[in-house]
Amino acid sequence: MDDGEPLSIFSLIDKGDNMVSENNQQFETIAAVSTAIGNAGISIIRISGAAAFHITSTIFKGMGSFLEYPSHTINYGKIVDPDSDEIIDEVLVSKMESPKTYTTEDIVEINCHGGYVTAKRILDLLFRRGARPAEAGEFTKRAFLNGRIDLVQAEAIMDLIGAITEKSSTVAVTQLEGRLSQKLNSIRKKLIEILAEIEVNLDYPEYDFEEVTIGKCVNIINENIVELEGLIESFDYGKVLREGINIAIIGKPNAGKSSLLNRLSGKNRAIVTDIPGTTRDVIEEYVNIRGIPINLLDTAGLRQATDEVEKIGVEKALEVMTSADLILFVLDAQTGFEKKDKDILQNVSEVRDKTIFVVNKTDKTDEQRLKEIHDIVPGVIEISVLEDSRIDVLEKAIQDYVNKTEIDTQNQVIITNARHKKLLIDTVDSLKSALFAADGGMTLDLISMDIKEAAERIGNITGHEISEEIVMNIFERFCIGK
Amino acid sequence: MSNIHKSYDVIVVGAGHAGCEAALVAARLGFKTAIFTINLDSIANMPCNPNIGGTGKGHLVREIDALGGEMGRCADKTLIQSKTLNTAKGPAVFSLRAQIDRRAYQSEMKYALEIQDNLHLCQAEIVELVIEDKKIKGVRTHIGSFFPAKTVILTTGTYLKSKIIIGDVSLDAGPDGLLPANRLSESLKNHGIGLVRFKTGSPARLNRRSIDFTNMIEQKGDEPIIPFSFENEDKDMQREQISCFLLYSNEHTHKIVGDNLHRSALYGGGIEGIGPRYCPSFEDKIVKFADKDRHQIFIEPTGSNTEEVYLQGFSTSMPEDVQHAMIKSLPGFENAQIMRYAYAIEYDCINPMDLELSLEFKDIKGLYAAGQINGSSGYEEAAAQGLIAGINAVLSIKGQKPIILDRSQAYIGVLIDDLVTKGTNEPYRMMTSRAEYRLHLRQDNADARLTPLGYKLGLISEQRYQRFVKKQKAIKDEIERLRKKTVPPSDRVKQFLDKYKSTSISTGIKLYNLLKRPEIRYRTLKEIDDQMPELSAVIAEEVEISIKYEGYISKQMQQIEQFKRMENKTFPEDMDYEEIPGLRIEAKQKLIKQKPRSLGQASRISGVSPADISVLVIYLNAKARRGKKNE
Repeated sequence: MDDGEPLSIFSLIDKGDNMVSENNQQFETIAAVSTAIGNAGISIIRISGAAAFHITSTIFKGMGSFLEYPSHTINYGKIVDPDSDEIIDEVLVSKMESPKTYTTEDIVEINCHGGYVTAKRILDLLFRRGARPAEAGEFTKRAFLNGRIDLVQAEAIMDLIGAITEKSSTVAVTQLEGRLSQKLNSIRKKLIEILAEIEVNLDYPEYDFEEVTIGKCVNIINENIVELEGLIESFDYGKVLREGINIAIIGKPNAGKSSLLNRLSGKNRAIVTDIPGTTRDVIEEYVNIRGIPINLLDTAGLRQATDEVEKIGVEKALEVMTSADLILFVLDAQTGFEKKDKDILQNVSEVRDKTIFVVNKTDKTDEQRLKEIHDIVPGVIEISVLEDSRIDVLEKAIQDYVNKTEIDTQNQVIITNARHKKLLIDTVDSLKSALFAADGGMTLDLISMDIKEAAERIGNITGHEISEEIVMNIFERFCIGK
Repeated sequence: MSNIHKSYDVIVVGAGHAGCEAALVAARLGFKTAIFTINLDSIANMPCNPNIGGTGKGHLVREIDALGGEMGRCADKTLIQSKTLNTAKGPAVFSLRAQIDRRAYQSEMKYALEIQDNLHLCQAEIVELVIEDKKIKGVRTHIGSFFPAKTVILTTGTYLKSKIIIGDVSLDAGPDGLLPANRLSESLKNHGIGLVRFKTGSPARLNRRSIDFTNMIEQKGDEPIIPFSFENEDKDMQREQISCFLLYSNEHTHKIVGDNLHRSALYGGGIEGIGPRYCPSFEDKIVKFADKDRHQIFIEPTGSNTEEVYLQGFSTSMPEDVQHAMIKSLPGFENAQIMRYAYAIEYDCINPMDLELSLEFKDIKGLYAAGQINGSSGYEEAAAQGLIAGINAVLSIKGQKPIILDRSQAYIGVLIDDLVTKGTNEPYRMMTSRAEYRLHLRQDNADARLTPLGYKLGLISEQRYQRFVKKQKAIKDEIERLRKKTVPPSDRVKQFLDKYKSTSISTGIKLYNLLKRPEIRYRTLKEIDDQMPELSAVIAEEVEISIKYEGYISKQMQQIEQFKRMENKTFPEDMDYEEIPGLRIEAKQKLIKQKPRSLGQASRISGVSPADISVLVIYLNAKARRGKKNE
């Protein structure tokens, strides 16, 4: 959860104050993935702080109570979402009591399976239970600030922190030169314009400017709220990009969907039999194809189900299809293009532009069958899961598709940084409070206070201070003076 | 052989608004003080607008008064019209402004200086600073006398190498026909003090008897007159008020300006100094705001025993004949008699970033600067700085820490912090929008904010302080009473609510909560509250503001708390920025040059990024650890 932002000044100041005071006051509990994000088979999530044990105990189910485990032990159990009782993963959890730990605080380390996506889900749970994302280098800083590290090391870390902030500010600049900053700056500019209008009325009361009307302010504020809310929503979209795309594998029963899924994930997860309809539930698998994080969704074979259990599976499959980012439609070269395939094709007609057609079992067919399929579905990718043949061609197709959509998303303004999201939500709060004040008949100096706060919050993202800008805006737009 | 005089603790160079406050405060604190001016008859002159106060500025006057300064008292004695501006726009921006009898103000102030113990008024031009080993030693006058001094405060206003420009005529002169100070600039330069040229302007003065007021809009003063000084009460203030008048320029005026732009000193290139944006000349207004077909012009009286009036909004650097035509084009001015022509003025000032927040020069011990020489504009801004420089000069002699007001304590703090930390490239005018914590920095609570400090410094008398304590208690008591007192949903209360179009109640309600409603005023509560005590207007105002805006005020206090955390993180004197790893080179250079006092001040220096601030915090923390280990 390294979001690349420099530490907030206040948290730093607090830490400094704590450090010089005798009582070692507890910091907030933080959590982050501490292994490198990538293809590792195991991810380690580290949680540090006074509430680390408590938070973990609410999501970890093992033998007996987590809180009673002795310090410096490794324990087996499951991570369970307490709200839905869903099992997220089987894990090994290390418990280390303060002060003999890296940060000198209570630390928990959760070793979970798979790559980023599982780790991310567990992290989200921890955040929901009260931990906050650790900032860049924060575990090390805590170690240093809590006196775990001596002065020589501290000096070295200072260099490092300097380097981190330098780098992150470069990243911030690159990002902010883009459309997001343009958008935010334009919202900020509008707010500063209203502020200038209010302020000139307050600071030059003897001049007869057009009295700033509350109604006009309200309209502009409302427009800005709509824009900001759009940006806040885009965070969820940005999340898809960060956390991977969902791919649904569909096709008639026994076309080889599950074996394809297993091939792609390299594991034997879904149940594979020769009997049609043995895969009833949508199965998620988190895989990494050519560096792209992907959630693979297997579906029950799509056919007119008679049996009730099966029916539920089919409905679910249809649902998954519409929500998936990409669909792999698997055809069977052995049976050729059948009516069942035609039915499914109808189902996918609406989502055809996000569908990749695959024909499996090319080892069990002849040229004629294949040609027929090619005629019906041009551009279909031939594979054989059994012979492990041409899987790379399919992977390339998936990669190309994702790259293509990535380009699309670049034409939209999205936010991807949790801190930015928080600031934008706060900005909307300030603006709503301005509207509330205007509605309640409050005076301009108070309404101005809320709008100023909103502009400042956006300025915290774009790195601008506002007061001089308001003054400049006043002088540019209004004719005042002796 | 030059004459050597006895030594002074504090020497003040210039007797304008900054100089007067500086000299008075130093002498009042018991230190031997001398104040020099080129002309004793020009003490506390108002060469431009004949008023004191206004938005932001009225706040400054109240703050000066709360710290025992003279400006508010002197203005109260000599004002000829008073108004509270912004009464409908909210408590943060209520602003007192008064038209002043300018000659009366001058003689009042001169008299205040004359009767002050420890203070020596002296007419002389100071032409040289004597500085040895980066420490001030004294000053030399134009006739060669040497006055030794422990500290010197420069309050030269607009007089350093000042030049008056009217059209294509440029004269070496100060405002109001006074002599410029032509030689001191050289001495400053010789001591390595950098100077820049600033400019400002002033409109024409006319004989009131030559103006026809028939079609103008009269602007009367408020009744009753509210005093600036917390020492005075409304009843001390009653007097006859003199009106201002409003009129508008017209197309004809604008055409004259347009046709003669090339003759304006401003547009003809005659002026090199940087002028203030908020104080554009009339030709500026015509050029920049070409779409406006008229501009406001105010006629302001300059005294009670003079017919001379000031033409606010009509400042210009046009030559005489164009000014003549411009004025004659105004309705009612057909026969106007110009007594003084409008002019632009150019002068030397220092870079305020060369100063500490105490207003002492960073590189010259014992030398201070205050007022327009620091790049500010306005009488009130000058007086505020003069007061602080005077206090800090004395504190330094006593070997004590300087008084530094921060941005959450006072407009004075905002003013000095802006000048010293950010610098200015035009004459700096106070505005309420410059204050981040405006709702806290109100004019009504200036005494609550600063009088305890003034008392501690010895600038507020015991008697006045006791009165202040009593007032604060009365405010607190009344707020408590309203918090406790409930009114029932009786017919009387219901009628009251109906009368003020306020939502009806079905159960009892605390008066405190009733007062939070925008439509309910404190004074009207009397109609349903028989126990309401007889409180003075100022106390009633503060009670009302405190309750009505409680939510906003407490939000502001939280903001201030955050701000203070940065501000209270002060840097050690021997901070060596060179040895801090991770600081960017630009930040390092700026920090070394500016030597900020605190983390907060550092964060306001342009070119110091949030990342640099993080590095500084880490460094300070590491240093604190080291210190602790060594103990």
